[in-house]
Amino acid sequence: MIEFIKQPWPWYVAGPLIGLTVPLLLILGNKSFGISSSLRHICAACMPANIPFFKYDWKKEVWNLFFVTGIFVGGVVAVHLVPNTDPIVINPDLAEELGGYGINNYTNLVPIDIMNWETLFTLKGFILMVIGGFFVGFGTRYAGGCTSGHAIMGLSNLQWPSLVATISFMVGGFIMANLILPFILSL
Amino acid sequence: MLKNIDIKPQRKNSTEQCIHERSFQYKPYNNLKYLVVGILFGIVFVKAEVISWFRIQEMFRLQSFHMYGVIGSAVLVGMISVFIIKKFNIKTIHGEKIVFNSKKFNKGQIYGGLIFGLGWALTGACPGPLFAQIGTGATVISITLLSAVAGTWFYGFLRDKLPH
Repeated sequence: MIEFIKQPWPWYVAGPLIGLTVPLLLILGNKSFGISSSLRHICAACMPANIPFFKYDWKKEVWNLFFVTGIFVGGVVAVHLVPNTDPIVINPDLAEELGGYGINNYTNLVPIDIMNWETLFTLKGFILMVIGGFFVGFGTRYAGGCTSGHAIMGLSNLQWPSLVATISFMVGGFIMANLILPFILSL
Repeated sequence: MLKNIDIKPQRKNSTEQCIHERSFQYKPYNNLKYLVVGILFGIVFVKAEVISWFRIQEMFRLQSFHMYGVIGSAVLVGMISVFIIKKFNIKTIHGEKIVFNSKKFNKGQIYGGLIFGLGWALTGACPGPLFAQIGTGATVISITLLSAVAGTWFYGFLRDKLPH
């Protein structure tokens, strides 16, 4: 059992567990699964700046901040108590492509060859981490949700605007990964 | 939910939308259960490599079924759960009726969705995984998270001028 827990979990274990978060949050307190809203609550709590979009009682939504704090703690717990011991095994085509950009270290969940405190101050690192993060925050709020709120909660509740959003996420991702990212990784 | 708020901010949506959460909101221990759910969720994220930059790159290159399996089965289980809750009128543990918010279409779901997609493939993470990645010790991702907060703020700042 312990051995099984320590190995990376297959999709058919992880997916249903993530899906069960939807009814769990609803039954525990009528909460709609969604994570990107936490970023809005942080803005409302720390820097509302008189912007109407941030003028609401974020304290009523504080459960969401508890939830994302939990996700952070979950990351800490997982790496210390039940770590994935072996480096990630990826598709050989991807490994070859990334190798061409000097990315060979698979021991971490992020590619530490290009995502670390030193590369943050290079053009490549700045685009990947700072611009990328900005797009994630701007885009999710503009779209009214992220993978959790639209793709999982929205589709679970058969909301067609969430399907539009999910397709848009995927189109954006395909464009970046296949057409733009190769130039950025070559920098 | 807040994310589904109407386009015109002068309408008092945010207060209306939170009405159903009144009574249990300010007891701090009631929020601890969400911390626990978050912890379990974060562990799944790490153990299934859902928060791996490499798995996201594979997904966007159609080189692996893993992420499609995770998201697909999550949606399926979520759909069945929502169906059961509606069908049998299941209540919350506090005995309240479970409320579902419908999403209204606006062009933001396309424009914003595309922008998020670009960012997703760059960072290899959506907002949830950012928190978990920092937890696993990738401390530099806290800058990515801060930048995501800045992006959200900038959206709020520009909101009235953007097409919706």
